[in-house]
Amino acid sequence: MVNTKQFMRSVFVAMALMSLAACKSSSDAESDANASSAMGSMSSESTSSAAQANGAGTSGRLSAEQIQAENALRQTVFYFDFDIAEFRAVDRETLMYHARDLAANPSKRLRLEGHADERGTREYNLALGERRANSILNYLIVNGASRSQIEVVSYGEERPAMTGQSENAYNRNRRVEVVAR
Amino acid sequence: MKLNRATPLLFVISALLSFSAKAELSIQITQGIDNPIPIAIVPFSWEGSGVLDEAIGDIVTADLQQVGEFRALSPSNMLAMPREEREVYYRDWSVLAQDYLLVGKVQRAPGSELIQVQYEFFDINREIKLAGEVLTGTTAQLRDIGHEISNVVFELVTGTRGAFTTQILYVVSEFVSPEESYFRLEKADYDGRRAQVLLESREPIMSPSWSPNGQDIAYVSFETDLPRIYTQNIATGQRRQITNYPNINSSPVWSPDGTKLAMVLSKDGSPDIYVQDLISNELIRITDHPAIDTEPAWSRDGRSLVFMSDRTGQPQIYQMEIGASTYDVERLTYDCFHCAKGQFLPDGVNLVHVRRETRQSPEYQISIMNVETLRVITLTSTKFDESPSVAPNGSMIMYATKYNGRGVLDAVSIDGRVKFRLPSSRGDVREPAWSPFLN
Repeated sequence: MVNTKQFMRSVFVAMALMSLAACKSSSDAESDANASSAMGSMSSESTSSAAQANGAGTSGRLSAEQIQAENALRQTVFYFDFDIAEFRAVDRETLMYHARDLAANPSKRLRLEGHADERGTREYNLALGERRANSILNYLIVNGASRSQIEVVSYGEERPAMTGQSENAYNRNRRVEVVAR
Repeated sequence: MKLNRATPLLFVISALLSFSAKAELSIQITQGIDNPIPIAIVPFSWEGSGVLDEAIGDIVTADLQQVGEFRALSPSNMLAMPREEREVYYRDWSVLAQDYLLVGKVQRAPGSELIQVQYEFFDINREIKLAGEVLTGTTAQLRDIGHEISNVVFELVTGTRGAFTTQILYVVSEFVSPEESYFRLEKADYDGRRAQVLLESREPIMSPSWSPNGQDIAYVSFETDLPRIYTQNIATGQRRQITNYPNINSSPVWSPDGTKLAMVLSKDGSPDIYVQDLISNELIRITDHPAIDTEPAWSRDGRSLVFMSDRTGQPQIYQMEIGASTYDVERLTYDCFHCAKGQFLPDGVNLVHVRRETRQSPEYQISIMNVETLRVITLTSTKFDESPSVAPNGSMIMYATKYNGRGVLDAVSIDGRVKFRLPSSRGDVREPAWSPFLN
């Protein structure tokens, strides 16, 4: 539940920043790599500042490494480029922390929910959402998580994070969400 | 001469799933043809007490104008209002340059609550009566009777069987927030009227499909949190979960003989096409490729499947014989960036599909490609067109598109000349599935 709330807040911040970015960027979606990668980094920045604010209140004795790990685990939404099923390089380190966390806590269970934007046919998008979730699944397993800890489900374009035909909506909808079980 | 026709179908359709959807669709003609056939449809007289909910003449007029081939004369321009043959003077209609005339009257059947509709149909140029009969049903069946008269008129004039008594399935979603959405599977007349909810869920519903006899449907529901295939009998509402394989279970499509479902499963790694026998539950794997294979559609003879695959990097349409080696795949489309959701028209030569021409043109449109001549006709001009479904008489294609940011259903004739829209008052409407002939 904490994860969900954190996700909501960070996405809200990311959305505000995104709409600024969208003002500057061209309307051509697929060439708009700047806006999308900006969103990826902004959402992790906003989670980390939120995490630091929390951390300051509860404990001043966490090591830098612990803080980094905690921040990484708070990022539960990973965005993808148009028509691309591999997660972004910028998310690799964060996902590494998720993998280590699963390896260290064998009773933990996750669900990876893959999503696509609405362009293209619905059945294809269902398959694309699964491909995206699998790219994260495979990375988590390679880095120590057990297959039995992770469930994968694709929602295709059926559960958008944001409705509408804007680039902003498309960028937010191409995602995999990590949901604690 | 009146034909008294037994109409058992009209009696059967009644009260089974009678809770009606709040948001009815209504028709809007968006594009017609240049030289429609002039037809005079005289408002049918009502010879009983009280007011009838439905005007037969209006139903037939709407049916015939929607499909584009006809233009109905406005009743205010008529010189006479005949109700039956002995009141018809051909000259009244030839002087108005009408080719055809439909007249009729509606009465309460003697000693019952049933309604009798008598209609007669005339060829003005040849001065002959082409058809006439009495159809009987309840007041709730007046729309069925009107559509049946449209079928008769349409077939007599065009030579093509009318599809006005067919129905459609579609999915409606209402988005409240990323965590809260509502999904409904609905069934309605082909014109969007008399919608009924067949299934409601907080989780997605996808890919509705009709059995060939029109009595059962298949679809994907996420009600268990995972996409699984279900069948449902329309009359009884009885449901059956057909699949519970790991990962994606999607795209159920009934074989033409009704004994099998083609489907997409990713239980063995990536999405591939499978066929499951509905009686023995035997599962046959059709494709075996690490890329995405999806959107199966049966050939008319049930011997091969058309499907989409991104094995070359982008979605293209392929065809495979059932039982052939998984290497024995024929590629059907080459000249598009993204070609998907392929299905053959009844002629087996023309392939209806969703096409995006180039990477630079982000429009998805409904097209038809002749697989022999490779000629492509693009039928639609909007940007987000998908899920084409062909009427059982092959005359029109219904598809999902966006209008003012909302999902709506449009229909287009297979020559692209005629279009009509079924707007909904709320929610996103999508994934239309046109029924087979139901009678």
